[in-house]
Amino acid sequence: MSISIEQRRQHRLMTIEKSLAKRHRKENVFRRLGLMAVITGMTLVAILFASILMRGVPAFWQATFYVDVYFDPEVIELEPKPERESGESQFAFNERYTQWMTRAGLVNWQALIDRAVEDALGEEIEPRQLRDLRALVTSGERYALRDRFVEDPSLLGQTVELKMLASANVDVWIKGNIDRDLPDARQQLSAQTRAWADQLDEQGVIRNAFSTSLFLNTDSRSSLASAGLAGAFMGSLFMMMVVITLSVPLGVSSAIYLEEFAPKNRLTDLIEININNLAAVPSIVFGLLGASIFIGYLRLPLSAPLVGGLVLTLMTLPTIIIATRASLRSIPPSIRQAALGIGASRVQTVFHHVLPLALPGILTGSILGVAQALGETAPLLLIGMNAFVANVPGTPLDQSTALPVQIYLWQGNELRNFFEARTSAAIIVLLGLMLSLNALAIWLRKKFETRW
Amino acid sequence: MSNLALIATLLVMMALAYHLGLTRSRAVAAEHDVRMHSRPGYYGVLVALWCGLPALAIFLLWSFLAPQLIDMLVTQQLPADLVAGLSDRELQTLLRRVAALANGQGVSGGGSPEELAAAGHMARLQTIENFSLVALMAVLVVAGLIVARRRISPSWRARNQVERVIMFALAASSAVAIFTTIGIVLSMLGEALRFFSFISPAEFFFGTVWNPRFSTAGASSQGDFGLLPLLWGTMMVSAIALLVAIPVGLMTAIYMAEYAPPWLRNVAKPVIEILAGIPTIVYGFFALIVVGPFLSSVGDLIGINIRTTSALTAGLVMGIMIIPFVSSLSDDIITQVPKSLRDGALGLGATKSETIRQVVLPAALPGIVGAFLLAASRAIGETMIVVLAAGNNPVLHANPFEAVSTITVTIVNQLTGDMDFASPQSLVAFALGLTLFVITLGLNVIALVVVRKYRQQYE
Repeated sequence: MSISIEQRRQHRLMTIEKSLAKRHRKENVFRRLGLMAVITGMTLVAILFASILMRGVPAFWQATFYVDVYFDPEVIELEPKPERESGESQFAFNERYTQWMTRAGLVNWQALIDRAVEDALGEEIEPRQLRDLRALVTSGERYALRDRFVEDPSLLGQTVELKMLASANVDVWIKGNIDRDLPDARQQLSAQTRAWADQLDEQGVIRNAFSTSLFLNTDSRSSLASAGLAGAFMGSLFMMMVVITLSVPLGVSSAIYLEEFAPKNRLTDLIEININNLAAVPSIVFGLLGASIFIGYLRLPLSAPLVGGLVLTLMTLPTIIIATRASLRSIPPSIRQAALGIGASRVQTVFHHVLPLALPGILTGSILGVAQALGETAPLLLIGMNAFVANVPGTPLDQSTALPVQIYLWQGNELRNFFEARTSAAIIVLLGLMLSLNALAIWLRKKFETRW
Repeated sequence: MSNLALIATLLVMMALAYHLGLTRSRAVAAEHDVRMHSRPGYYGVLVALWCGLPALAIFLLWSFLAPQLIDMLVTQQLPADLVAGLSDRELQTLLRRVAALANGQGVSGGGSPEELAAAGHMARLQTIENFSLVALMAVLVVAGLIVARRRISPSWRARNQVERVIMFALAASSAVAIFTTIGIVLSMLGEALRFFSFISPAEFFFGTVWNPRFSTAGASSQGDFGLLPLLWGTMMVSAIALLVAIPVGLMTAIYMAEYAPPWLRNVAKPVIEILAGIPTIVYGFFALIVVGPFLSSVGDLIGINIRTTSALTAGLVMGIMIIPFVSSLSDDIITQVPKSLRDGALGLGATKSETIRQVVLPAALPGIVGAFLLAASRAIGETMIVVLAAGNNPVLHANPFEAVSTITVTIVNQLTGDMDFASPQSLVAFALGLTLFVITLGLNVIALVVVRKYRQQYE
């Protein structure tokens, strides 16, 4: 009954081989799981980008009328634009000019647009159909027409081919973003308007043209097709200016102090823990801080980019401090020792030798911090930056929105068919800005990366 | 003079002072034929600081105190019968109207005679204030300049003094972070205490109904402010998010750290970093228009009623958002595990996955747990995704396919638009914010302690 040594060896080898195969299978499964996780992550991101791009890119092209507008002297009953006469005071001229502008505002510019569209249709419009006709061109165009005339009064009596944006609903209809078979009651446009839109589309009067309105106009409630990001962009720009001028110097000097000079004691330990915690405090808490202190206590104005900038400064400060400290820490002590050794003071050592070497890292961290601030929405909602603002802010104290807040406001617009695309387009603009900032930071780091 | 012009003039004066100090120190050195203690530039900077700092301090103090002083003086000037019946808030409004009149902006309905008189008074006071500020600053600038320039001598230790000022400035800026925290705690505590004077803390923390009503409804119908439905919603969404993010993020980190070829690492790392930078509003919009409808139609297909905006939608997208966060934190921690541990396991014949599962991960566990806690705190504090995709339905229920509401959503809802800090309806935002702050702070502190312990272990 004894098994030979050889058999026993055989048996053991077989067991090992069997278990080895099993272990290798497990190894493969595990590695595939890892790869799948990476692929899942990347796929999800790809879906995100693809869906935003697919919806947003078409919104940069809008249904646009190409019509001949006749600047009819009978409609534009205006004396020539006032020129400043010799001997006239600036005040008197301003008075006269304002009066003329007021009268220019009272001119029935809509009538010119109505006439132009009527001519393009080639049929007489009865007065009761005027409503249907006016639903074609977006209402902001009459102001554009006025501005164009004020700029160049010699247009009077001339016929000019102009581009005018179609209304949001016509844009939706032409692009097929609404079910064309819906019953009349659920359509946004009347049957007549839809028929006209199709006719003009066939004639080539309405074309799908690249529109700059998204970049050049401010938000609008009445003329949705020409609502743009200009105001929000300026608001964001002002906020970023505040953030850059405050949080970068503050953050960098605070990091220099903590990393290079601060004695290691309880207090600095506390500051360090505190900064790490601040970096992880939810952004909305900073909004509450802004609402209570800047608005409630210091009585700074609501909706002002200055307040938004201050809140975002406090929010990005920890990010910049942490990045700067990491960058300073990566500079080898030998640099410091060399400088100290030949008689430089500690301040000189840091400012003349350590800081220049750490600059690329500091710059990268600061750019990332600013990019993070650029995309932040929640705290801004709490300090009133979600108000509707139809002007481009001229100073950091004017009412304003910001790019991410504008996205928030647009996604909630009732005209979903139009604003889904427009919001996506706004997101593309914001992402474009942020990703280029991020890419810049990564490129800077790659370019100046030094291995000590 | 406007403030901007004042500061600009001050800067010009400081530049001038720098130049004077510089040339003076050279002249002194030539005159006595000795070496100065510091290099000429330091004397220049020091003179500029002497010249600018006192004036700047006065300017800041002045712009903080003067408006209050003027308001006080104007209030005293106002007829007593006009002021007597006014609340604090009404008085502020009145003063703002007077200020608008004084600046020549005009107010709605024109000013009453009393207001106009007060405005005249205020305008006079403002003129006096402005002139005295400019005069005081001029005196300080000139005096500082003269004194500092006189003191330049070979033995004056300019560099040490300049460095002391620099050190003070550096230390002061690191105090900003402390003040921010203090500001957060104090402002939230203050407003939350005011809220608790309307609603008892027990009612708030243990209430199961959230129905704040509108602040215009009057004090008689106060509404219910129960935290639990919101807390529950927050936990549900965060839990779903972590269920998505932790497996995917951790496996990604493991693959990146242990298996991925260098080229993949070089591509994937920046991509992940960029992902972490996408604004949350974008994820929210994505949830609202893509993920929500998709989940809803999947639900229809398998016969479950999934709402477009639900805990599941918000949680899923939030999970996607924190994948890069989890993976980059875990990646850092896994790569910190010493190579000797891996070599030992591999040398004993373990396969790579066995090494990872039985050696690397247990060694890295504290750090990874810390990373999870940080991810959880981020999920709890996330706002925009839940605002757009969770559906705002503050009711206690356990169905992830239904809409929920979270703490952050409610803060936004209660505090947007209305800035009247007197009603419990808007003050509750601060009580909620305080709760949120305490929860995330707790998670962060635990996480930081754990991660720090772990770092020390291998340093």
